[in-house]
Amino acid sequence: MYSFEFSRPSTIDEAVAALAEEDAQALGGGQTLIPTLKQRLASPSVLVSVTGIPEMQGVCRDGDALHIGGATPHAVVAREAAAHFPGLAALAGQIGDHAVRNRGTIGGSLANNDPSACYPAAALGTGATIRTNARTIPADDFFDGMFGTALEEGEIITSVEIPIAEKAAYAKFHQPASRFALVGAFVAKFTGGVRVAITGASEEGVFRWSAAEEALSADFSVAALDGLTVDPEGMIADIHGEPDYRAHLVAVMTRRATAAAT
Amino acid sequence: MYPVAMTVNRKDIAAEVEGRTLLVEFLRETLNLKGAHVGCDTSQCGACTVHVNGQAMKACAMLAVEADGAEVTTIEGMADDAGALHPIQAAFREHHGLQCGFCTPGMIMSAAALLEENPKPTEAEVRDHLEGNICRCTGYHNIVKAILAASGQKLPPVAAE
Ligand code: FES
Ligand code: FES
Repeated sequence: MYSFEFSRPSTIDEAVAALAEEDAQALGGGQTLIPTLKQRLASPSVLVSVTGIPEMQGVCRDGDALHIGGATPHAVVAREAAAHFPGLAALAGQIGDHAVRNRGTIGGSLANNDPSACYPAAALGTGATIRTNARTIPADDFFDGMFGTALEEGEIITSVEIPIAEKAAYAKFHQPASRFALVGAFVAKFTGGVRVAITGASEEGVFRWSAAEEALSADFSVAALDGLTVDPEGMIADIHGEPDYRAHLVAVMTRRATAAAT
Repeated sequence: MYPVAMTVNRKDIAAEVEGRTLLVEFLRETLNLKGAHVGCDTSQCGACTVHVNGQAMKACAMLAVEADGAEVTTIEGMADDAGALHPIQAAFREHHGLQCGFCTPGMIMSAAALLEENPKPTEAEVRDHLEGNICRCTGYHNIVKAILAASGQKLPPVAAE
């Protein structure tokens, strides 16, 4: 690791001030960032840990939405969202492994926008609102290609507001070595329609599968998805799967998620 | 350098660390606790698993400064002060849950976290929980068996084979 300064503020304002430093980098649970630093793939001047900020912790329900502090670990979401939004809790409970879930945070996962991460599918699949120190960003405008987001330099995710679906489920095809999704589908039914978000498949990162959304909004059943496929063009190719395999998995995982949600 | 103070295996520790010092480096090199192993560069093997404030975490994916103020338990803290093995350690010995032993500290710390939360897990729950702990020797079978035995349950037929 390259050398860096370390700061652990206890308020959002202090964190924002610390992040104003050139090449400062926010640190959530560090489950991606620390391995990245170990490989010397990043060299921040100062790491600003946001895990000691009480206002960025915890899950609370407000009407039809859950507010999740940006620095809330996955294990806490898995536990505390269970009574309110089981589909979301189940997704959080499948991220990485148990040690990763004790440390990794929702804000860190969304800010990183790994193309195979689970949380981006939940955020996009529910139409969540991402709150930062400066503004609120709808999930539809937040994700911007593989590892890209609408966040500006020094902007941190302070909380995420997740609308509670009537029915929802996540189906993840586990990549057992990385414990990321080879492909994952989050299907959520709201009064206004169904949203389907796919992770792990596209070179553009998480995306909404609009044809499946239309079909499921008209008829929320597995049969409604019969014959629907996605184009392998633009799907990720790596040693774990070719584009046509991933395209196939998109359809399969969407069916499984739908079956689990109905 | 940053001052850190923490409790490690029931002892109060105070030291100075660099920002970039990993918790696992601090434990192994500064405190000379060599039980938590480093089995990978990618935070995937689980050999470095320790408890931080009672929760299992990968000491290779956490900075020592982040453990400031925390209560840390490593495999060295599992036996009691008289040296009697923790029941999970005893079960690993009894049921041959280790071969080379490299993964064992992490396996035991993970297992201890599981039994804390879920004292009577099923075999499937044990296997699922060990997703982040890689063993290249045992084929996991006897590890699962040892953890089920440590939970005081009768061994189900598959694990008992
Ligand atoms: S050393 Fe492999 S996970 Fe920590
Ligand atoms: S006993 Fe050798 S790696 Fe597990």
